[in-house]
Amino acid sequence: MKKTFAFLTLAAVLAAPLSAQAHRAWLAPTSTVLSGNDAWVGFDAGMSNGVFIPDHAAMRLAGLTITAPDGSTAQAENLHQAKYRSSFDLHLSQPGTYRVANVGSGFMASYKQGGEAKRWRGAEADFATALPADATEVEAVRTESRTETFVTLGAPNETALAPTGKGLELVPVTHPNDLVAGEAATFKLLLNGQPAADVEVAVARNGLRYRDNPEEVTVKTDAEGAFSVTWSEAGLYWLGAAVRTPGANGQPGVNASWNGALEVLP
Amino acid sequence: MRKLPLVLTAAGLAAAPAVAPTAAWAADLTVNVELPRISSASYHRPYVAVWIEKPDQSTAQTLAVWYQQTRNSEGDGKDWLKDLRTWWRKGGRAMTMPADGLSGPTKAPGRHAVTVPAARLRALPAGQYNLVVEAARELGGRELVRVPFRWGAANTAAGSGSTELGAVRVAVTR
Repeated sequence: MKKTFAFLTLAAVLAAPLSAQAHRAWLAPTSTVLSGNDAWVGFDAGMSNGVFIPDHAAMRLAGLTITAPDGSTAQAENLHQAKYRSSFDLHLSQPGTYRVANVGSGFMASYKQGGEAKRWRGAEADFATALPADATEVEAVRTESRTETFVTLGAPNETALAPTGKGLELVPVTHPNDLVAGEAATFKLLLNGQPAADVEVAVARNGLRYRDNPEEVTVKTDAEGAFSVTWSEAGLYWLGAAVRTPGANGQPGVNASWNGALEVLP
Repeated sequence: MRKLPLVLTAAGLAAAPAVAPTAAWAADLTVNVELPRISSASYHRPYVAVWIEKPDQSTAQTLAVWYQQTRNSEGDGKDWLKDLRTWWRKGGRAMTMPADGLSGPTKAPGRHAVTVPAARLRALPAGQYNLVVEAARELGGRELVRVPFRWGAANTAAGSGSTELGAVRVAVTR
């Protein structure tokens, strides 16, 4: 009994720092490099501590945006939300690269009323009239998130990869469906279309459950927003970055985040 | 469609005098590829690609692609061309299959020769190259064999695979 108790205490201590960290959002494709006249790819989307391990929460796909190789919008099929993951299919019917993204935004505020800390969450449009008149120390934050991946039928192209200029985004130097183990790849991060300098990017490989070492690395973007990763092994990699811009002059702060899944082949 | 061969021949003749000096050695390239007999409860013939690679490992020219030419209940043969991963990335994905003089059906275990007449290699400058053979098999593995050879004078070279490929021999004749 004593041993069990000690273990539980230890587990609680270990779990504490993890729970403080937000769960990671991921959108995982069943494959990324395809040939033939047409092809199908399935996707799973969830949030969890271990990337691509569906054991916590399914992702709501309200902001699912699929851009086809010609820049038009493609539709997901067979949408389904399960307990731990949401899934859908995409029929690739034209050659080139598809960008598959779940784009979300939100608004929240923390404030004090009579010395008591309170929170409000809702639409940004309602914010001006939502808080009580005696609210003090108001801090408002807009969140902008993009969780995405890329799949290519035939030869890759870059039409769908053009930045939208909103939030935190990845733009290719190396094409995201042209990644091979042992080779280096370079990408750029943009915040609202501008280079996002000095931002940390976490790089984690799938299969965490079947090894002891997380093998996670962090790289930093340079002045042009560029960063490079040398893939040590083949696998599905999760990349994540976030930029917090504090509010000022009555403007809300902005928490922008980008999460991507990139497949590296042997 | 019937007129196409005539047109090609005419183009070939027209181009011939212009390239005569560089094609002075007028060599043919022969590649012998051995597909090993593999004991497997569910053997499928491998997809194979043969190509010439420059020293920087970029593709100079694809010589042969053997893949399932038909559609079956599981899909079209071209759906699995991407399993020839290296060839697919280094040039296959930019090509249209079937390709005249290049593509053909999968081959049974044994020795197979790919003979490329000099006329098809007119654009290849003399120099050092790799001959690359890649094989990928359904429910099996993938293997790549690189054989360095010289284009520009008669020579032979050989290499060997260990799982999906056997001996690979390259001969530049004349």
